[in-house]
Amino acid sequence: MSQPVELPRWMDVGLLPLVNLALALAVAAIVVAVVGLNPLQVLTLLAKGAFGSAAGLSYTLYYATTFVFTGLAVAVAFHGGLFNIGGEGQAMLGGLGCSLMALWAGPHAGPALVLPLMVAAAMVFGAAWAAVPGALQAWRGSHVVITTIMFNFIASALLAWLLVNVLKDPGSMSVETAAFPESAHLPGMHQLLGALGIDWPRTPLNLSLLLAVAAAVLVQLFLWRSRAGYELRAVGFSPDAAHYGGIRPRGQVMLAMGLSGALAGLVGINELAGVQHRLLLDFVVGAGFTGIAVSLIGRNHPVGIVLAALLFGALFQGGAELAFEIPGFSRDMVTTLQGLIVLFSGAMAQVAAPALAQLHRVLARPAGAAHG
Amino acid sequence: MDEALIGGLIASTLRVSTPLILCALAAVLSERSGVIDLGLEGKMLLSAFAAGATGALTGSLGLALLAALVVGFALSMVHGYACVSHTGDQVVLGMALTMIAAGLSVVLGIAWFKQGGQTPPLSDAVRLGPWFTGAGEALKGVPVVGAVVGGGLLGHNPLVYAALLLVPGVWWLLYRTRAGLRLRATGENPAMVDAAGLSVKGLRYAALAGNGLLCGLAGSTLVLAQNANFVPNMTAGRGYMALAAMIFGKWHPVGALWACLLFGFLDAVAIRLQGVALPAALGGGAVPVQAIQALPYVLTVVLLAGFIGRSRAPAALGVPYIKTR
Repeated sequence: MSQPVELPRWMDVGLLPLVNLALALAVAAIVVAVVGLNPLQVLTLLAKGAFGSAAGLSYTLYYATTFVFTGLAVAVAFHGGLFNIGGEGQAMLGGLGCSLMALWAGPHAGPALVLPLMVAAAMVFGAAWAAVPGALQAWRGSHVVITTIMFNFIASALLAWLLVNVLKDPGSMSVETAAFPESAHLPGMHQLLGALGIDWPRTPLNLSLLLAVAAAVLVQLFLWRSRAGYELRAVGFSPDAAHYGGIRPRGQVMLAMGLSGALAGLVGINELAGVQHRLLLDFVVGAGFTGIAVSLIGRNHPVGIVLAALLFGALFQGGAELAFEIPGFSRDMVTTLQGLIVLFSGAMAQVAAPALAQLHRVLARPAGAAHG
Repeated sequence: MDEALIGGLIASTLRVSTPLILCALAAVLSERSGVIDLGLEGKMLLSAFAAGATGALTGSLGLALLAALVVGFALSMVHGYACVSHTGDQVVLGMALTMIAAGLSVVLGIAWFKQGGQTPPLSDAVRLGPWFTGAGEALKGVPVVGAVVGGGLLGHNPLVYAALLLVPGVWWLLYRTRAGLRLRATGENPAMVDAAGLSVKGLRYAALAGNGLLCGLAGSTLVLAQNANFVPNMTAGRGYMALAAMIFGKWHPVGALWACLLFGFLDAVAIRLQGVALPAALGGGAVPVQAIQALPYVLTVVLLAGFIGRSRAPAALGVPYIKTR
């Protein structure tokens, strides 16, 4: 019963993920019905909220941007054979890095210099925060799943301490830094499109979207078109065989975790440089965990991750709209659905496989008989 | 030091540690059988909601407790179905359960009680009151003992004592019974257990059953003994801290107990030191409370890295067992 089942490729790549997604949606629909709402109506309103207007679409893309970063972060580590649950903490540190750079370099230089420096700082801080669990895994054998969870809590304590004691703007009541100087503001999409003569509503969507697309393309090229990416995947596939083939697994663990952390760190660019223009607590709000779901449904492939990030962006935006429109509907329904998707597409991904294999045998038999 | 302060610290350490101890024991059971449990947080949270919702709707303490146990058990059975019956990824499953619990508890809470996800406050009849208050009163006049024992150790709710008694209970089960030996063997070498004619699946399901019930108790502690109602995300990372404590206690019930007490003590101290100034000898300024709160996680990482002793996981932890012929 628990033996792995062989499926034809189109079923494994195309049908099985859809079946799993449908199962998750079905259970979510039951929950929606239990709380007394009409699942079909909820789904329609959700789609309308997410895609029905230029503003809604912009919010969807804004959320999706963050999820592309955290999803790619999970995927790169996964291809290196590591499960990085620390996206949350790495994103916090990335935000810290880009904020420090903004406050330090912002007053002295123009955006053409400050913004790239902020991106670099976000990546370096995120990578450094992921490198510690990576090194502990590579040299001390401490399991990266546990250490990255611990590092999430340590990151949140560190950020809280820094904000309360060191970085807090003395003139402000809330726990946040002073606003970034103008040169550290990443332009919004409405500004860019406005410059091109297109009228677009003002939303949090900003140029990080292009950064996310670039990141997805680069990760794709790195993993499947470069020697370094091949080595990383080789270690993820079989550390012993890769080691025998002359690849040092320790270096690859560090590379995978470093890249993963750098990608997660970019969340800070979208949320802080693009929207908040200051460092505050809780700007990551679970995006690191959503990245796990995104990577799982996207099957750890950049194309899949972009699609899955859009799905989750739509769910978050549509969910927020729904919470306004339907009293009694809460955004936490989206968290529930996210959990169900992780359950069915991740932990129970192969549960439906035997049934599909059976289906395939039934469908394939007449064709085989005709050949005989 | 002031005796009343010591008594107070002991009392709050025990109170804070109780859900940690119950959860850490749950983790010991499942992980010693070879099943990773990252879903402690979710199991505890949804059980807490079940206790809060049932208590508010029925006004019955017994039913509230039962609901928490049933929910904890049910989630552990999902865990078993995905990871033991099918070879699902145990880490992913834990994340899934935690997300589902975080979302579902609020969705149902808002729909049923319309208080922003909270459940209505429970009356005293539905809550677990303090035990041994009479003995505490009697000791009041005695110097030192009155404050430390009476104020610190007596007058807690029954779940505090239940958690403390369950530690030797789980130890006895794991190390002094045949079932415990088999359970530990399943976590180290399932093929051998299989060859001995025992069911690896059955043993792991049994371990998960105990795990779910303990998580249910941990969840009900939060609602029936500590808070007066369920509040969204009220577990606030306690499940992960319990996991850290279990690792810090080297996958052993007694070790886990000491780790939970240490972590609970740090938490109790951190709450007390909020806003207190450091002595001038240490440079003055506010006590870095966040540093104390992060200490359990830092200590666990340091231990895992092998810098203070060695904490070794069961050999077959996280590896699904596939029966071959």
